[in-house]
Amino acid sequence: MGRTATIWLEPLPWLLALATYALAPQYAPLMTQIFVMILFAMSLDLLVGYTGIVTLGHAAQFGTGAYVAGILAARGWITDPTLTAVLAMLAAGTVGLLFGSLMLRTKGLAFLMLSVASGMLLYEIANKATGITGGDDGLQGVVFSPLLGLWEFDFRGTTAFFYSLLMLFLTFIFLRRVVNSPFGWSLRGIRENDLRMAAIGCQNYRRRLIAYTLASALAGLAGAVQAQCTGFVALNSLSFELSGGVLIMLILGGSGRLYGAMFGVPIYMIAQDYLAKNDPTNWFLWQGIILLILVLFARGGVLSLAERGFQACWRKVAR
Amino acid sequence: MSGQMSERPVLEARGLNKSFGSVVVTRDVNMSLRRGERRALIGPNGAGKTTFVNLLSGRLRPTSGEVFLDGVDVSRADEARRSKLGMGRTFQITSLFPALTAHENIFLALAECAGFGLHMLRSARSYGALHDRADELLEKVGLLPVSATTVQQLPYGQQRLIEIAVALALEPKVLLLDEPAAGIPTSERDLILDIVKALPGDIAVLLIDHDMDLVFRFAERITVLVQGSILVEGSPAEIAADQRVRDVYLGEKS
Repeated sequence: MGRTATIWLEPLPWLLALATYALAPQYAPLMTQIFVMILFAMSLDLLVGYTGIVTLGHAAQFGTGAYVAGILAARGWITDPTLTAVLAMLAAGTVGLLFGSLMLRTKGLAFLMLSVASGMLLYEIANKATGITGGDDGLQGVVFSPLLGLWEFDFRGTTAFFYSLLMLFLTFIFLRRVVNSPFGWSLRGIRENDLRMAAIGCQNYRRRLIAYTLASALAGLAGAVQAQCTGFVALNSLSFELSGGVLIMLILGGSGRLYGAMFGVPIYMIAQDYLAKNDPTNWFLWQGIILLILVLFARGGVLSLAERGFQACWRKVAR
Repeated sequence: MSGQMSERPVLEARGLNKSFGSVVVTRDVNMSLRRGERRALIGPNGAGKTTFVNLLSGRLRPTSGEVFLDGVDVSRADEARRSKLGMGRTFQITSLFPALTAHENIFLALAECAGFGLHMLRSARSYGALHDRADELLEKVGLLPVSATTVQQLPYGQQRLIEIAVALALEPKVLLLDEPAAGIPTSERDLILDIVKALPGDIAVLLIDHDMDLVFRFAERITVLVQGSILVEGSPAEIAADQRVRDVYLGEKS
């Protein structure tokens, strides 16, 4: 019964996303931010949820993508959105490959610490290289040419809304293919038991490095889309805070299922938007409370909570 | 090398030594297995049996000495590489993918063995031949009915059987079975023995176990390991009659 139900449910989040635009176009900029973060969180899910690589430095790649796209456009070198997005992905993928090839030789806590360091390293470089990145003030004056030469990134955020939604959709389709492929299954094998994976002939290090590079490139895409949609790159796109934040959002939704990001990110960001507006001084307190509730009552995230609730209802109905 | 006319051994250990710090765990071990041989490795607790298996499978690197797999020097090859060259193993402590189903556990091994592990854009569900083969292997160990159950929900005895099925999926030339019946009630041991006995005839099997009954019913030859070195090697009858073996092992164990 489960399968037919999920197929029927599949278009729902996408229709919901489109509906928000139709009903409340004034929220398009917030929705765009949410789409970007979902894209970012999904790329993280490939590592955290599927491969079992918990990183606190995923913003290193997000920021790389954002700065590469931003700098190319700000200098007027390349302003085409599609091309800069591709270059941003390549750059972030390369950064991921380099960091990954060093970091993935370690595991557990050592890896976690190195991942924090990877993010801080790039953050400090961007902070110091004010001539290129604008440093603490962020990269200003980032103007991209119209999307495919047709749609300009307008003030109301219409182009940004549909562009980011499309990028998210394409990423989702791609990642869904990947996680359901033999490669994706082998990542789950590594997550479950990497020693057994080695014994059945898998070169774990190489496999994890490929996953890391892939996730990095997609994080870079998220960064590039953000730069394109906001016309600005902030220094915090490389920050530890962002790395931690996206991890919280992913875990809030539920990792290892792609859909987790679709639920965790909006819940977190809408709560943040609402609470920061009404109670700006205590946002971190609220964040702490959300985390506590999450850990105490919803280990597998909102999705698994919903799933359990649904199953309980189903059993009652069936009886 | 010595110009023997006999068939080349499928697995050979030459002068294997392993020490952890100052503790010597494996001491100048020489052993070879013929194709399709049924060999048992016994020895008292702490004799270094599992270490020896780990040296053969590539999980551990020897301090000195060599391992040849079907004539290829694999002394420096890692576990994944040796697996690709035909080394299969099971673990004394069950080592499976707990949250995956029995079927998926075996499919993973089949996919790696077939070299599909890097295929990214085709659905794993579409590899029909591999799924059929996975079902076939489950059937062989009598677990087809629980094919869709996650391994962590299966009783321990069935997990032990999946260990064997996963190793078989690799189509190994050599199969190292590290205490396949460990932790299984005596009543169910015969089931394991039946399956081990029914393993394809071209696979050389090295069985490590404490259970004398199991070992003597299975093996053509028995190697006795004591304190990291080989005490004696011979047919079950010879081993049973050997006074030294009785002293260090049988006497102590009974």
